[in-house]
Amino acid sequence: MQPVTTNDTAIRLNDAVVALGGFPALAGASVSVGRGELVALRGANGTGKSTLLRLCAGLVPLTRGSAQVFDVNLADDRASVRRHVGLLGHRNGLYDELTSRENVEFTARLVGAHTRDVEDALARLRIDSRVASTRTRALSAGQRRRTALASLVVRRAQLWLLDEPHAGLDAAARDELDVILLEATSAGATVLYTTHETDRPGRAVPRTLLLAGGVVASDSPRQS
Amino acid sequence: MKQALVVARKDLLVEFRARLLLVRVIPFALLVLVLFAVALDSEPLILRAASGLVWLTMLFSTLLLVQRTYDVETQDAALEVLLTSAVEPVNVFFGKLFAAFVQLLVLSVLLVFGAIVLYGATVSGSNVVLLVTIVVSAAWGLASVGTLYGAVVANMNGRDSLLALLALPVLAPLLIGASRATEAAFGSQTIDTASGWAWVALLAVFAVVFSAAGAAAFGALMEPEA
Repeated sequence: MQPVTTNDTAIRLNDAVVALGGFPALAGASVSVGRGELVALRGANGTGKSTLLRLCAGLVPLTRGSAQVFDVNLADDRASVRRHVGLLGHRNGLYDELTSRENVEFTARLVGAHTRDVEDALARLRIDSRVASTRTRALSAGQRRRTALASLVVRRAQLWLLDEPHAGLDAAARDELDVILLEATSAGATVLYTTHETDRPGRAVPRTLLLAGGVVASDSPRQS
Repeated sequence: MKQALVVARKDLLVEFRARLLLVRVIPFALLVLVLFAVALDSEPLILRAASGLVWLTMLFSTLLLVQRTYDVETQDAALEVLLTSAVEPVNVFFGKLFAAFVQLLVLSVLLVFGAIVLYGATVSGSNVVLLVTIVVSAAWGLASVGTLYGAVVANMNGRDSLLALLALPVLAPLLIGASRATEAAFGSQTIDTASGWAWVALLAVFAVVFSAAGAAAFGALMEPEA
């Protein structure tokens, strides 16, 4: 599958191969994602979804092919793309000894966000004052996930890369997350996320890439 | 610089909450001092060895502290998030270095007092400035090496023992310099104050060299493995 490219392309992969420990986790993926697009990555376990996200985040080296994110050639420079990326992996990247609020504030201070941005992010993710003032080591998996997502919201990255962001969230939080992702794209951010979710009633289905065997097997357009 | 302070503040807050310094490192260090005194069991010998024992204990304690500072970054993949948070690696290095320095400074002050109480070491008024300079420069040197080598082994299996194997030989010049300078500050007959200051100069050079090396190498060392 040949990628379509435009001037507003955020991600452009062409026959991208990523070998992890000798195994081609991504085995020639080609795709183009425009700026401001919301894209879901689907596929069975081990088909390369997480690797594709990590490649776009500049966290794994490109073995063969070409990969560009915001016009940065990942074959030459993986570090400079990271400043544009907000990443949520399988793990949350939280500090257990800090409270939920302190974790979000830490990200906010690093990127120069305001205190009200922290409050807004906590409110959006339905993190009440009791949870916000609890150390994350004592929080449930869903509360930890919401804290990580709140940190991502204050990050205001140009490219959001989320690995199963809905996992561990209750129905209301999943719906709220969908709204947050749509708002992020409306504000110009590009969002890629992996999911195993079945479609929920009333929810718009974004552009969906199906990965199989480390390649993009199909590309379904957005459905309202 | 602001990002470095944010990282340092976070590290110190995590440490304050976890109480590693208070509950594990300080008791361990004081216990080692006591055990040295019991093992040597000779007042002249203890007095002669006091400065070396203080800094040897500091070396072991540094390893404990540094391991912890990287454990909190790797246990929930926080380091990966840091790397994709528009933070320059050099700021992460100096943030972690500063947090380690503050903790080592507290510990070294306690150990010097421990040596005075347990070993009967004395510091004359004229040597107080020398002793303060030794403590500050040696703590910064220890923090520099610890932060740098902690980064080297952060993503490796068996990092606890590897850190000791890699860092302790590198820290040998600091151990010698700090011990000799502290000996002078303790008013030893074998080394005068002027020689003590010469050893402090070595400690300062050591600290600057490893701070610069860490700042230059930290980005490459923190590069995620495929």
